[in-house]
Amino acid sequence: MTIKRRHTEELPEHPDFLWKNPSPKKSYDVIVIGAGGHGLATAYYLAKNFGITNVAVLEKGYLAGGNMGRNTTIIRSNYLWDESAGIYEKSLQLWEGLEEEVGYEMFFDQRGVMTLAHSVSDLRSKQRNFYANAVNDIDSQWLTPEEVKKIAPIVNISPDVRYPVLGATYQARGGIAKHDWVAWGYAKAASDLGVDLIQGCEVKKVKVENGKVVGVDTNQGFISANKVAMAAAGHTSVLSEMAGFRVPLQSRPLQALVSELLEHVLDTVIMSGAVHVYVSQAHKGELVMGAGTDAYNSYAQRGGFHVIEHQLASALELFPIFSRAHLLRTWGGIVDIAPDASPILGLTPVEHLYINSGWGTGGFKATPGSGWAFADTIAHNRPHDLVKPYSLNRFVTGHLIDEHGAAGVAH
Amino acid sequence: MLLINCPWCGPRDETEFHYGSEAHIGYPEKPEDLTDKQWAEYIFYRNNPKGWFAERWVHNVGCRRWFNIWRNTVNHEFGPSYKPFTKQPSRPQ
Repeated sequence: MTIKRRHTEELPEHPDFLWKNPSPKKSYDVIVIGAGGHGLATAYYLAKNFGITNVAVLEKGYLAGGNMGRNTTIIRSNYLWDESAGIYEKSLQLWEGLEEEVGYEMFFDQRGVMTLAHSVSDLRSKQRNFYANAVNDIDSQWLTPEEVKKIAPIVNISPDVRYPVLGATYQARGGIAKHDWVAWGYAKAASDLGVDLIQGCEVKKVKVENGKVVGVDTNQGFISANKVAMAAAGHTSVLSEMAGFRVPLQSRPLQALVSELLEHVLDTVIMSGAVHVYVSQAHKGELVMGAGTDAYNSYAQRGGFHVIEHQLASALELFPIFSRAHLLRTWGGIVDIAPDASPILGLTPVEHLYINSGWGTGGFKATPGSGWAFADTIAHNRPHDLVKPYSLNRFVTGHLIDEHGAAGVAH
Repeated sequence: MLLINCPWCGPRDETEFHYGSEAHIGYPEKPEDLTDKQWAEYIFYRNNPKGWFAERWVHNVGCRRWFNIWRNTVNHEFGPSYKPFTKQPSRPQ
Protein backbone atom coordinates (compact mmCIF):
# COMPACT_ATOMS: atom_id res chain seq x y z
CA MET A 1 0.00 0.00 0.00
CA THR A 2 1.02 3.58 -0.45
CA ILE A 3 1.14 5.88 2.51
CA LYS A 4 0.23 9.48 1.93
CA ARG A 5 2.92 11.53 3.55
CA ARG A 6 1.74 14.66 5.31
CA HIS A 7 4.50 16.90 6.36
CA THR A 8 2.88 19.42 8.61
CA GLU A 9 -0.61 20.78 8.81
CA GLU A 10 -3.42 18.33 9.23
CA LEU A 11 -2.94 15.43 11.54
CA PRO A 12 -5.61 12.78 11.22
CA GLU A 13 -8.23 12.19 13.88
CA HIS A 14 -7.22 9.97 16.76
CA PRO A 15 -7.63 6.39 15.67
CA ASP A 16 -10.32 3.98 16.72
CA PHE A 17 -9.32 0.90 18.72
CA LEU A 18 -6.41 -0.65 16.91
CA TRP A 19 -5.81 -3.77 18.96
CA LYS A 20 -7.72 -6.21 21.12
CA ASN A 21 -7.40 -6.13 24.90
CA PRO A 22 -7.63 -9.82 25.85
CA SER A 23 -7.28 -11.39 29.28
CA PRO A 24 -4.06 -13.35 29.60
CA LYS A 25 -4.12 -17.01 28.64
CA LYS A 26 -2.61 -19.56 31.02
CA SER A 27 0.37 -20.20 28.82
CA TYR A 28 2.36 -18.70 25.96
CA ASP A 29 5.30 -19.68 23.80
CA VAL A 30 6.87 -16.29 24.46
CA ILE A 31 6.09 -13.57 27.00
CA VAL A 32 7.53 -10.15 26.30
CA ILE A 33 7.68 -7.89 29.36
CA GLY A 34 7.08 -4.28 28.44
CA ALA A 35 4.80 -2.84 25.74
CA GLY A 36 7.10 -0.03 24.73
CA GLY A 37 8.56 0.29 21.28
CA HIS A 38 11.14 -2.45 21.64
CA GLY A 39 8.72 -4.91 23.24
CA LEU A 40 6.02 -4.32 20.62
CA ALA A 41 8.51 -4.51 17.76
CA THR A 42 9.90 -7.75 19.21
CA ALA A 43 6.42 -9.28 19.38
CA TYR A 44 5.62 -8.13 15.85
CA TYR A 45 8.80 -9.61 14.35
CA LEU A 46 8.37 -12.86 16.32
CA ALA A 47 4.96 -13.24 14.67
CA LYS A 48 5.85 -11.86 11.25
CA ASN A 49 9.31 -13.33 10.65
CA PHE A 50 9.13 -16.55 12.64
CA GLY A 51 5.42 -17.44 12.76
CA ILE A 52 5.53 -17.40 16.58
CA THR A 53 2.12 -15.95 17.34
CA ASN A 54 1.33 -17.48 20.73
CA VAL A 55 2.91 -14.42 22.29
CA ALA A 56 1.84 -12.05 25.07
CA VAL A 57 3.21 -8.59 25.66
CA LEU A 58 2.69 -7.68 29.34
CA GLU A 59 2.59 -4.02 30.26
CA LYS A 60 2.25 -2.81 33.84
CA GLY A 61 0.96 0.60 32.77
CA TYR A 62 -0.54 1.47 29.42
CA LEU A 63 0.87 0.73 26.00
CA ALA A 64 3.80 3.01 25.07
CA GLY A 65 3.33 5.00 28.28
CA GLY A 66 6.96 4.77 29.28
CA ASN A 67 9.99 5.97 27.36
CA MET A 68 8.30 5.21 24.03
CA GLY A 69 5.98 8.15 24.65
CA ARG A 70 8.62 10.35 26.26
CA ASN A 71 11.58 10.46 23.87
CA THR A 72 12.50 13.19 21.37
CA THR A 73 11.90 10.87 18.37
CA ILE A 74 15.29 11.33 16.71
CA ILE A 75 16.35 8.68 14.22
CA ARG A 76 19.89 8.26 12.87
CA SER A 77 22.53 5.57 12.44
CA ASN A 78 25.78 7.58 12.33
CA TYR A 79 27.38 6.02 15.39
CA LEU A 80 31.11 5.59 15.81
CA TRP A 81 31.80 1.90 16.34
CA ASP A 82 31.21 -1.00 13.94
CA GLU A 83 28.93 -2.79 16.40
CA SER A 84 26.69 0.27 16.65
CA ALA A 85 26.77 0.86 12.90
CA GLY A 86 25.48 -2.69 12.50
CA ILE A 87 22.36 -2.52 14.61
CA TYR A 88 21.48 1.17 14.17
CA GLU A 89 21.89 1.03 10.39
CA LYS A 90 19.77 -2.12 10.21
CA SER A 91 17.23 -0.18 12.21
CA LEU A 92 17.32 2.81 9.87
CA GLN A 93 16.85 0.53 6.87
CA LEU A 94 13.79 -0.99 8.54
CA TRP A 95 12.45 2.50 9.32
CA GLU A 96 12.67 3.30 5.62
CA GLY A 97 10.04 0.69 4.75
CA LEU A 98 8.19 0.44 8.04
CA GLU A 99 4.99 2.38 7.35
CA GLU A 100 4.42 0.36 4.19
CA GLU A 101 5.27 -2.90 5.94
CA VAL A 102 2.92 -2.54 8.89
CA GLY A 103 0.35 -0.54 6.93
CA TYR A 104 0.21 2.31 9.38
CA GLU A 105 1.32 5.89 9.12
CA MET A 106 4.12 6.88 11.50
CA PHE A 107 5.11 10.29 10.13
CA PHE A 108 8.61 9.00 9.49
CA ASP A 109 10.32 12.02 8.05
CA GLN A 110 13.91 11.90 6.76
CA ARG A 111 14.65 15.56 7.31
CA GLY A 112 18.31 14.96 8.17
CA VAL A 113 20.27 15.05 11.41
CA MET A 114 23.08 17.54 11.86
CA THR A 115 25.70 17.37 14.62
CA LEU A 116 27.67 20.55 15.17
CA ALA A 117 31.34 20.91 16.12
CA HIS A 118 32.43 23.93 18.17
CA SER A 119 36.10 23.53 19.03
CA VAL A 120 39.19 21.98 17.48
CA SER A 121 38.92 18.82 19.55
CA ASP A 122 35.19 18.67 18.87
CA LEU A 123 35.92 19.08 15.16
CA ARG A 124 38.42 16.24 15.20
CA SER A 125 36.13 13.87 17.02
CA LYS A 126 33.21 14.68 14.67
CA GLN A 127 35.47 14.17 11.66
CA ARG A 128 36.60 10.87 13.10
CA ASN A 129 32.96 9.94 13.39
CA PHE A 130 32.33 11.09 9.82
CA TYR A 131 35.16 8.91 8.47
CA ALA A 132 34.09 5.96 10.61
CA ASN A 133 30.63 6.25 9.06
CA ALA A 134 32.14 6.33 5.57
CA VAL A 135 34.08 3.14 6.30
CA ASN A 136 30.85 1.50 7.44
CA ASP A 137 28.93 2.64 4.32
CA ILE A 138 26.68 4.88 6.37
CA ASP A 139 25.65 8.03 4.56
CA SER A 140 27.30 11.01 6.14
CA GLN A 141 28.35 14.41 4.88
CA TRP A 142 30.74 16.97 6.25
CA LEU A 143 29.32 20.48 6.29
CA THR A 144 31.13 23.80 6.49
CA PRO A 145 29.53 26.52 8.64
CA GLU A 146 28.11 28.11 5.47
CA GLU A 147 26.54 24.80 4.47
CA VAL A 148 25.12 24.47 7.97
CA LYS A 149 23.54 27.90 7.55
CA LYS A 150 22.08 26.92 4.20
CA ILE A 151 20.29 23.90 5.67
CA ALA A 152 19.36 25.60 8.96
CA PRO A 153 19.27 29.39 8.54
CA ILE A 154 18.44 30.01 12.20
CA VAL A 155 21.78 28.69 13.46
CA ASN A 156 24.08 31.46 14.58
CA ILE A 157 27.37 30.83 12.73
CA SER A 158 29.11 34.04 13.74
CA PRO A 159 32.71 33.35 14.81
CA ASP A 160 32.27 35.82 17.67
CA VAL A 161 30.11 33.67 19.91
CA ARG A 162 30.99 31.50 22.84
CA TYR A 163 30.45 28.30 20.84
CA PRO A 164 31.25 29.09 17.19
CA VAL A 165 30.11 26.53 14.61
CA LEU A 166 33.24 25.13 12.98
CA GLY A 167 31.56 22.40 10.98
CA ALA A 168 29.06 19.59 11.25
CA THR A 169 28.31 16.04 10.29
CA TYR A 170 25.03 15.53 8.49
CA GLN A 171 23.11 12.33 7.94
CA ALA A 172 20.44 13.11 5.37
CA ARG A 173 18.64 9.79 5.92
CA GLY A 174 18.16 10.59 9.60
CA GLY A 175 15.08 12.34 10.89
CA ILE A 176 12.10 11.91 13.18
CA ALA A 177 8.85 9.95 13.48
CA LYS A 178 5.81 10.29 15.70
CA HIS A 179 6.66 7.93 18.52
CA ASP A 180 3.15 7.10 19.67
CA TRP A 181 2.11 6.31 16.10
CA VAL A 182 5.10 4.00 15.78
CA ALA A 183 3.99 2.12 18.89
CA TRP A 184 0.39 1.97 17.68
CA GLY A 185 1.51 0.73 14.27
CA TYR A 186 3.53 -2.10 15.76
CA ALA A 187 0.77 -2.86 18.28
CA LYS A 188 -1.92 -3.07 15.60
CA ALA A 189 0.23 -5.21 13.32
CA ALA A 190 1.23 -7.54 16.18
CA SER A 191 -2.37 -7.82 17.42
CA ASP A 192 -3.60 -8.56 13.88
CA LEU A 193 -1.09 -11.43 13.72
CA GLY A 194 -2.48 -12.91 16.97
CA VAL A 195 -0.25 -11.43 19.66
CA ASP A 196 -2.00 -10.69 22.98
CA LEU A 197 -1.29 -7.17 24.24
CA ILE A 198 -2.13 -7.10 27.94
CA GLN A 199 -2.07 -3.72 29.66
CA GLY A 200 -2.26 -3.17 33.41
CA CYS A 201 -0.43 -6.46 33.93
CA GLU A 202 2.55 -6.08 36.21
CA VAL A 203 5.14 -8.81 36.56
CA LYS A 204 5.75 -9.49 40.26
CA LYS A 205 8.14 -12.41 39.94
CA VAL A 206 10.05 -14.13 37.18
CA LYS A 207 9.75 -17.83 37.91
CA VAL A 208 12.88 -19.88 37.38
CA GLU A 209 13.16 -23.66 37.87
CA ASN A 210 16.44 -25.54 37.48
CA GLY A 211 18.04 -22.56 35.84
CA LYS A 212 15.30 -22.20 33.23
CA VAL A 213 12.49 -19.66 33.14
CA VAL A 214 9.00 -21.17 33.42
CA GLY A 215 6.77 -18.13 33.51
CA VAL A 216 5.88 -15.00 35.44
CA ASP A 217 3.74 -14.17 38.44
CA THR A 218 1.64 -11.11 37.71
CA ASN A 219 -1.13 -9.09 39.33
CA GLN A 220 -3.41 -11.12 37.02
CA GLY A 221 -2.04 -14.46 38.22
CA PHE A 222 0.65 -16.86 37.07
CA ILE A 223 1.28 -17.08 33.33
CA SER A 224 3.54 -19.84 32.12
CA ALA A 225 5.84 -19.44 29.16
CA ASN A 226 8.48 -21.36 27.30
CA LYS A 227 10.48 -18.17 26.80
CA VAL A 228 10.43 -14.76 28.50
CA ALA A 229 11.93 -11.62 26.99
CA MET A 230 12.54 -8.49 29.03
CA ALA A 231 12.11 -5.14 27.28
CA ALA A 232 11.52 -3.00 30.33
CA ALA A 233 14.08 -0.19 29.98
CA GLY A 234 14.47 1.56 33.35
CA HIS A 235 12.95 -1.37 35.24
CA THR A 236 15.35 -3.99 33.87
CA SER A 237 17.33 -4.10 37.13
CA VAL A 238 14.15 -4.81 39.07
CA LEU A 239 13.16 -7.67 36.74
CA SER A 240 16.67 -9.15 36.66
CA GLU A 241 16.74 -9.23 40.43
CA MET A 242 13.45 -11.16 40.37
CA ALA A 243 15.13 -13.69 38.10
CA GLY A 244 18.18 -13.92 40.36
CA PHE A 245 20.95 -12.13 38.47
CA ARG A 246 22.42 -8.64 38.33
CA VAL A 247 22.86 -6.26 35.42
CA PRO A 248 25.32 -3.34 35.27
CA LEU A 249 22.62 -0.76 34.73
CA GLN A 250 21.70 2.45 36.53
CA SER A 251 18.24 4.00 36.14
CA ARG A 252 18.25 7.77 35.75
CA PRO A 253 15.66 10.40 34.89
CA LEU A 254 15.96 11.90 31.42
CA GLN A 255 13.86 14.96 30.76
CA ALA A 256 12.56 16.53 27.59
CA LEU A 257 10.44 19.53 26.77
CA VAL A 258 8.35 21.21 24.10
CA SER A 259 7.67 24.83 23.33
CA GLU A 260 4.35 26.28 22.29
CA LEU A 261 3.42 25.86 18.63
CA LEU A 262 5.49 28.09 16.39
CA GLU A 263 5.79 28.81 12.69
CA HIS A 264 8.16 26.41 11.01
CA VAL A 265 11.72 27.65 11.29
CA LEU A 266 13.67 24.42 11.51
CA ASP A 267 13.20 21.52 9.12
CA THR A 268 16.11 19.37 10.18
CA VAL A 269 17.33 17.93 13.50
CA ILE A 270 20.25 19.73 15.13
CA MET A 271 22.47 18.28 17.81
CA SER A 272 25.41 19.79 19.60
CA GLY A 273 27.44 17.96 22.19
CA ALA A 274 29.51 20.92 23.38
CA VAL A 275 26.52 23.20 23.93
CA HIS A 276 24.30 20.28 24.90
CA VAL A 277 21.35 20.77 22.59
CA TYR A 278 19.29 18.50 20.49
CA VAL A 279 16.30 20.07 18.88
CA SER A 280 13.79 19.46 16.14
CA GLN A 281 10.50 21.07 15.28
CA ALA A 282 7.59 18.65 15.33
CA HIS A 283 4.94 18.46 12.65
CA LYS A 284 2.53 20.74 14.49
CA GLY A 285 5.25 23.33 15.10
CA GLU A 286 6.45 22.80 18.66
CA LEU A 287 10.17 22.76 19.30
CA VAL A 288 11.14 19.44 20.84
CA MET A 289 14.27 19.39 22.96
CA GLY A 290 15.97 16.86 25.14
CA ALA A 291 17.74 17.78 28.34
CA GLY A 292 20.52 15.88 30.04
CA THR A 293 19.97 13.12 32.56
CA ASP A 294 19.57 14.07 36.18
CA ALA A 295 22.60 13.08 38.22
CA TYR A 296 21.03 10.49 40.49
CA ASN A 297 19.33 7.11 40.30
CA SER A 298 15.57 7.36 40.21
CA TYR A 299 12.39 5.55 39.27
CA ALA A 300 10.20 8.64 39.66
CA GLN A 301 9.81 9.69 35.98
CA ARG A 302 10.60 13.27 36.86
CA GLY A 303 13.69 15.37 37.36
CA GLY A 304 14.88 18.75 38.58
CA PHE A 305 13.85 21.95 36.86
CA HIS A 306 17.40 23.28 36.95
CA VAL A 307 18.22 20.65 34.34
CA ILE A 308 15.53 22.15 32.08
CA GLU A 309 16.82 25.68 32.72
CA HIS A 310 20.33 24.58 31.81
CA GLN A 311 19.02 23.01 28.61
CA LEU A 312 17.13 26.16 27.59
CA ALA A 313 20.13 28.37 28.30
CA SER A 314 22.20 26.12 26.05
CA ALA A 315 19.61 26.25 23.28
CA LEU A 316 19.56 30.06 23.31
CA GLU A 317 23.31 30.08 22.88
CA LEU A 318 22.90 28.50 19.47
CA PHE A 319 19.46 29.79 18.54
CA PRO A 320 18.94 33.34 19.80
CA ILE A 321 15.65 33.30 17.87
CA PHE A 322 14.17 30.93 20.50
CA SER A 323 14.45 33.51 23.27
CA ARG A 324 10.79 34.53 22.99
CA ALA A 325 9.43 30.99 22.76
CA HIS A 326 7.42 29.79 25.73
CA LEU A 327 8.06 26.50 27.37
CA LEU A 328 4.85 24.51 27.16
CA ARG A 329 5.54 21.21 28.86
CA THR A 330 8.36 19.17 30.38
CA TRP A 331 8.40 15.53 31.36
CA GLY A 332 10.78 12.78 32.38
CA GLY A 333 11.36 9.13 31.67
CA ILE A 334 13.56 6.58 33.39
CA VAL A 335 16.44 5.43 31.22
CA ASP A 336 18.68 2.45 31.89
CA ILE A 337 22.29 3.36 31.36
CA ALA A 338 25.10 0.85 30.93
CA PRO A 339 28.72 1.67 31.80
CA ASP A 340 29.68 2.05 28.11
CA ALA A 341 26.43 3.79 27.05
CA SER A 342 25.61 0.87 24.75
CA PRO A 343 22.71 -1.56 25.07
CA ILE A 344 22.78 -4.96 26.75
CA LEU A 345 21.11 -7.54 24.54
CA GLY A 346 20.77 -11.25 24.18
CA LEU A 347 20.85 -14.25 26.48
CA THR A 348 20.99 -14.14 30.28
CA PRO A 349 22.33 -16.50 32.96
CA VAL A 350 18.77 -17.93 33.08
CA GLU A 351 17.92 -20.27 30.21
CA HIS A 352 15.17 -19.02 27.86
CA LEU A 353 15.17 -15.61 29.53
CA TYR A 354 16.33 -12.82 27.21
CA ILE A 355 17.37 -9.26 27.87
CA ASN A 356 16.86 -6.12 25.78
CA SER A 357 18.03 -3.16 27.82
CA GLY A 358 20.57 -0.44 28.31
CA TRP A 359 19.39 1.70 25.42
CA GLY A 360 19.79 4.57 27.82
CA THR A 361 19.24 7.97 26.30
CA GLY A 362 18.89 6.84 22.68
CA GLY A 363 16.64 3.82 22.23
CA PHE A 364 13.85 5.18 20.07
CA LYS A 365 15.83 5.15 16.82
CA ALA A 366 16.73 1.53 17.42
CA THR A 367 13.13 0.35 17.85
CA PRO A 368 12.79 -1.58 14.56
CA GLY A 369 16.33 -2.97 14.46
CA SER A 370 16.29 -3.95 18.11
CA GLY A 371 12.94 -5.73 17.81
CA TRP A 372 14.02 -7.42 14.59
CA ALA A 373 17.32 -8.76 15.92
CA PHE A 374 15.89 -9.57 19.37
CA ALA A 375 13.04 -11.61 17.85
CA ASP A 376 15.62 -13.59 15.88
CA THR A 377 17.63 -14.11 19.07
CA ILE A 378 14.56 -15.38 20.94
CA ALA A 379 13.33 -17.59 18.10
CA HIS A 380 16.70 -19.34 17.74
CA ASN A 381 17.80 -19.14 21.39
CA ARG A 382 21.17 -17.67 20.38
CA PRO A 383 22.29 -14.10 19.84
CA HIS A 384 21.79 -12.75 16.32
CA ASP A 385 25.03 -11.49 14.76
CA LEU A 386 23.96 -7.87 15.32
CA VAL A 387 23.20 -8.68 18.97
CA LYS A 388 26.36 -10.70 19.76
CA PRO A 389 28.63 -7.76 20.67
CA TYR A 390 26.06 -6.52 23.21
CA SER A 391 26.23 -9.50 25.55
CA LEU A 392 26.30 -9.13 29.32
CA ASN A 393 29.63 -10.91 29.19
CA ARG A 394 31.39 -7.94 27.58
CA PHE A 395 31.82 -6.39 31.02
CA VAL A 396 33.90 -9.41 31.99
CA THR A 397 35.92 -9.70 28.77
CA GLY A 398 36.40 -5.94 28.47
CA HIS A 399 34.96 -5.69 24.95
CA LEU A 400 33.09 -2.49 25.74
CA ILE A 401 31.38 -0.46 23.03
CA ASP A 402 32.05 3.06 24.17
CA GLU A 403 29.39 5.30 22.67
CA HIS A 404 29.42 8.04 25.30
CA GLY A 405 30.67 10.53 22.72
CA ALA A 406 28.59 9.30 19.85
CA ALA A 407 25.38 9.74 21.83
CA GLY A 408 25.62 13.20 20.27
CA VAL A 409 25.37 15.01 23.55
CA ALA A 410 26.88 14.20 26.91
CA HIS A 411 24.41 12.72 29.35
CA MET B 1 15.56 20.47 42.73
CA LEU B 2 16.54 18.30 45.66
CA LEU B 3 17.39 19.81 49.04
CA ILE B 4 20.30 17.74 50.27
CA ASN B 5 21.39 17.59 53.87
CA CYS B 6 25.19 17.83 53.97
CA PRO B 7 26.27 16.39 57.36
CA TRP B 8 28.79 19.24 57.71
CA CYS B 9 26.94 22.24 56.25
CA GLY B 10 23.28 21.42 56.58
CA PRO B 11 20.61 21.52 53.85
CA ARG B 12 21.75 22.97 50.52
CA ASP B 13 20.45 23.02 46.93
CA GLU B 14 21.20 20.02 44.75
CA THR B 15 23.20 22.20 42.32
CA GLU B 16 25.91 22.55 44.99
CA PHE B 17 26.59 18.81 44.87
CA HIS B 18 27.86 16.09 42.61
CA TYR B 19 26.54 12.57 42.69
CA GLY B 20 28.81 9.67 43.61
CA SER B 21 26.51 6.66 43.06
CA GLU B 22 26.26 3.71 45.47
CA ALA B 23 27.93 4.06 48.87
CA HIS B 24 30.08 1.49 50.66
CA ILE B 25 31.90 0.08 47.63
CA GLY B 26 35.35 -0.71 48.97
CA TYR B 27 38.45 -1.32 46.89
CA PRO B 28 39.12 -5.07 46.75
CA GLU B 29 41.29 -6.16 49.65
CA LYS B 30 43.31 -8.58 47.56
CA PRO B 31 43.09 -7.25 44.01
CA GLU B 32 45.66 -9.77 42.79
CA ASP B 33 43.30 -12.62 43.66
CA LEU B 34 40.30 -11.30 41.75
CA THR B 35 38.96 -13.17 38.72
CA ASP B 36 37.84 -11.21 35.65
CA LYS B 37 34.26 -11.75 36.75
CA GLN B 38 34.99 -10.30 40.18
CA TRP B 39 36.75 -7.31 38.62
CA ALA B 40 33.69 -6.74 36.41
CA GLU B 41 31.53 -6.81 39.55
CA TYR B 42 33.74 -4.29 41.28
CA ILE B 43 34.10 -1.90 38.34
CA PHE B 44 30.79 -2.09 36.51
CA TYR B 45 28.09 -3.52 38.79
CA ARG B 46 26.24 -1.26 41.19
CA ASN B 47 22.92 -1.83 42.87
CA ASN B 48 20.00 -0.03 41.27
CA PRO B 49 17.16 -0.50 43.75
CA LYS B 50 13.65 0.81 43.39
CA GLY B 51 13.28 2.23 46.91
CA TRP B 52 15.80 3.15 49.59
CA PHE B 53 19.37 3.54 48.37
CA ALA B 54 22.51 4.44 50.35
CA GLU B 55 24.48 6.72 48.06
CA ARG B 56 27.42 9.13 48.02
CA TRP B 57 27.36 12.83 47.25
CA VAL B 58 30.13 15.42 47.36
CA HIS B 59 29.39 19.00 48.39
CA ASN B 60 31.68 20.34 45.71
CA VAL B 61 30.82 24.05 45.86
CA GLY B 62 30.48 23.99 49.65
CA CYS B 63 32.78 22.15 52.06
CA ARG B 64 34.01 19.90 49.20
CA ARG B 65 33.64 16.85 51.37
CA TRP B 66 32.12 13.45 50.55
CA PHE B 67 29.32 11.96 52.59
CA ASN B 68 26.67 9.24 52.45
CA ILE B 69 22.92 9.57 52.55
CA TRP B 70 19.83 7.41 52.34
CA ARG B 71 17.46 8.42 49.54
CA ASN B 72 14.33 6.80 48.18
CA THR B 73 14.56 6.41 44.39
CA VAL B 74 10.79 6.21 44.01
CA ASN B 75 9.80 9.55 45.54
CA HIS B 76 13.17 11.25 46.19
CA GLU B 77 12.54 11.38 49.93
CA PHE B 78 15.75 11.59 51.97
CA GLY B 79 16.67 9.57 55.01
CA PRO B 80 19.59 10.36 57.30
CA SER B 81 22.90 11.58 55.91
CA TYR B 82 26.12 10.46 57.58
CA LYS B 83 29.83 11.07 57.36
CA PRO B 84 32.20 8.55 55.77
CA PHE B 85 33.64 5.88 58.07
CA THR B 86 30.80 6.34 60.55
CA LYS B 87 28.19 3.72 61.32
CA GLN B 88 25.53 3.48 58.66
CA PRO B 89 22.08 4.40 60.03
CA SER B 90 19.55 1.67 59.42
CA ARG B 91 17.46 1.77 56.27
CA PRO B 92 14.50 4.12 56.74
CA GLN B 93 11.09 2.47 56.81
